[in-house]
Amino acid sequence: MHIVVCIKQVPDSAQIRVHPVTNTIMRQGVPTIINPYDLFALEEALKVRDHHGGEVTVLTMGPPMAEEALRKALTYGADRAILLTDRHFAGSDTLATSFALSQAISQIGNSFDTPDIVFTGKQTIDGDTAQVGPGIAKRLNLVQLTYVAKITSIDLSARAITVERRSEGGTHVLKSELPCLITMLEGTTVIRRGSLDDALRAARSEIVKWNAAEAGIEDITKCGLRGSPTVVKRVFAPTPREQKAVQIDTTEKRVHDIANELVASIFTHQPALQHELSSAGSA
Amino acid sequence: MDFRLSEEQEAIRQMALDFARDELAPHAIDWDQQKHFPVDTLRGAAALGMAGIYVRDDVGGTGLTRLDAAIIIEALATGCPAVASFVSIHNMCAGMIDRYGTDEQRQRLLPKLLTMEVLASYCLTEPGSGSDAAALKTKAVKDGDSYVLTGQKQFISGAGESGLYVIMARTGEEGPKGISTFVIEKDAPGLTFGANEKKMGWHVQPTRAVMLDGVRVPAENRLGAEGDGFKIAMGGLDGGRLNIAAASLGGAQTAFEKALAYVQERRAFGKAIGEFQALQFRLADMATDLEIARTFLWRAASALDAGDAEATKLCAMAKRFVTDRCFAVANDALQLHGGYGYLADYGVEKIVRDLRVHQILEGTNEIMRLIVARSIIGRK
Repeated sequence: MHIVVCIKQVPDSAQIRVHPVTNTIMRQGVPTIINPYDLFALEEALKVRDHHGGEVTVLTMGPPMAEEALRKALTYGADRAILLTDRHFAGSDTLATSFALSQAISQIGNSFDTPDIVFTGKQTIDGDTAQVGPGIAKRLNLVQLTYVAKITSIDLSARAITVERRSEGGTHVLKSELPCLITMLEGTTVIRRGSLDDALRAARSEIVKWNAAEAGIEDITKCGLRGSPTVVKRVFAPTPREQKAVQIDTTEKRVHDIANELVASIFTHQPALQHELSSAGSA
Repeated sequence: MDFRLSEEQEAIRQMALDFARDELAPHAIDWDQQKHFPVDTLRGAAALGMAGIYVRDDVGGTGLTRLDAAIIIEALATGCPAVASFVSIHNMCAGMIDRYGTDEQRQRLLPKLLTMEVLASYCLTEPGSGSDAAALKTKAVKDGDSYVLTGQKQFISGAGESGLYVIMARTGEEGPKGISTFVIEKDAPGLTFGANEKKMGWHVQPTRAVMLDGVRVPAENRLGAEGDGFKIAMGGLDGGRLNIAAASLGGAQTAFEKALAYVQERRAFGKAIGEFQALQFRLADMATDLEIARTFLWRAASALDAGDAEATKLCAMAKRFVTDRCFAVANDALQLHGGYGYLADYGVEKIVRDLRVHQILEGTNEIMRLIVARSIIGRK
């Protein structure tokens, strides 16, 4: 069994401040961490490996300093770490990132062993798009199981996996074939603590470093800024709203009446909205 | 020469710091107040390889150096110096068995120490002999294939909870050459324990007297040769002293960081008290003392690892200097907190109380000066 876990080194968002004048993110002095959602994915991958045997390869794309995140992943017990690093990757949006990662995963398949499962976190805490996992699945033509809360069972001989996927209003129990891509939800598990031996092994391990060519990427116009159609027009800190939240006592009145009063009060503040909605209703 | 940690040392330091931050620091004040000995947490540390730091790997030890151990103990002590000190004592015992034990003893005794399923206590001090350890009176009389031990050991960390006792007892003449080392299991008939002592600090670990009333120990539980006991006991202590110093360093580092944060928050006379130069100078001195202490501790540990002829002297210097300076730093940190520093909730007074005993145990700091003086002037 070969499992690839895609991780990302991100600034610890709990410690990020936005500059009050320029509205830019102040990254200076902010420690970097492994994207917390990716740790749930990594722990799930390690559990699957411990139960079914095989290897866990962690993969990240980033600057040379992202090696730190990979070493940390090795201390948790990952078997192999690959850093995808090349100036051609700079400025990648989710489209270009998922392209580069999917190419690297194919190359991992060629160089080591074809992955049975590719894991990602459900999203990253810096971008928050949740697009990279599905983007990789699409490009590699893998079944995608997103927002997975739990892996219920894996039957290697039947090449089948059953998972619980959390969704609005309930839980989907999904059965799929392998290989597949899973994006893991938060709070599903706790990352294990590496031992002194693990820390030593991680420090002694060679991190495999691939540039675009070594990752098997031929068309570098699909990478980095050139391969990224997303344009950030403006970054700003939202201004606080003037209105405060109101707690409504529902013991005296009927919910229907409360709702009507609320709608009326919204329309008083925003007459344009009332106009827009009523014309939409008549159309 | 470069004074940076290697990548491996940085990795084990980070791992131990993470453990201290997550598993020790959040509970340290409660454990101290409740006088709770956190055996489960100790076993958690053991599962990560911290119970056999310098035990060889053929029996499951981590096989690290004294310098590595000092780095690990300092990191653990940032969470709780008293827990870190117990980890040190346990490691000292395990290390003695690894170094001086026969292969049979190593295979029989070490695996359960490495998981901390069985905790170990080091028993040298007696009611009438502390600094003058070679004057110990506990007797071990050979009787057929075993020894019969009678006497009392005092101030024994972990006593009553530990499953294994490494005991120094007299098998021969007066003085250091008549001493041998024995390993005794808790359930041995005739082995009893005194009350849990009421102490100033180190509340997270019990301290009791150990009474031996005709305890029969099979000869296969003697560590090393007859008469080697004092050498074995002292051999364990060089490293033990480095670890106690490291435990002071970790505790003082945390006290310093608490003070540093506090002076930037606390306001008086219209500004943060950290803006007053008198307090800035005090913080500068504390930071400098911590750096000097750490640098010299690593120097002494490297000397012990290298088998340097001066290692015992350097270890004694390090133990004396680091535990004295770090107590002063922790005490200064308390002072910088004003009245709040005296309250248990702030966690600084606990560090001060815990660190105070480091100037006394593993050889008092007066005995450390004696060791240093003898090595530079010669024994008269």
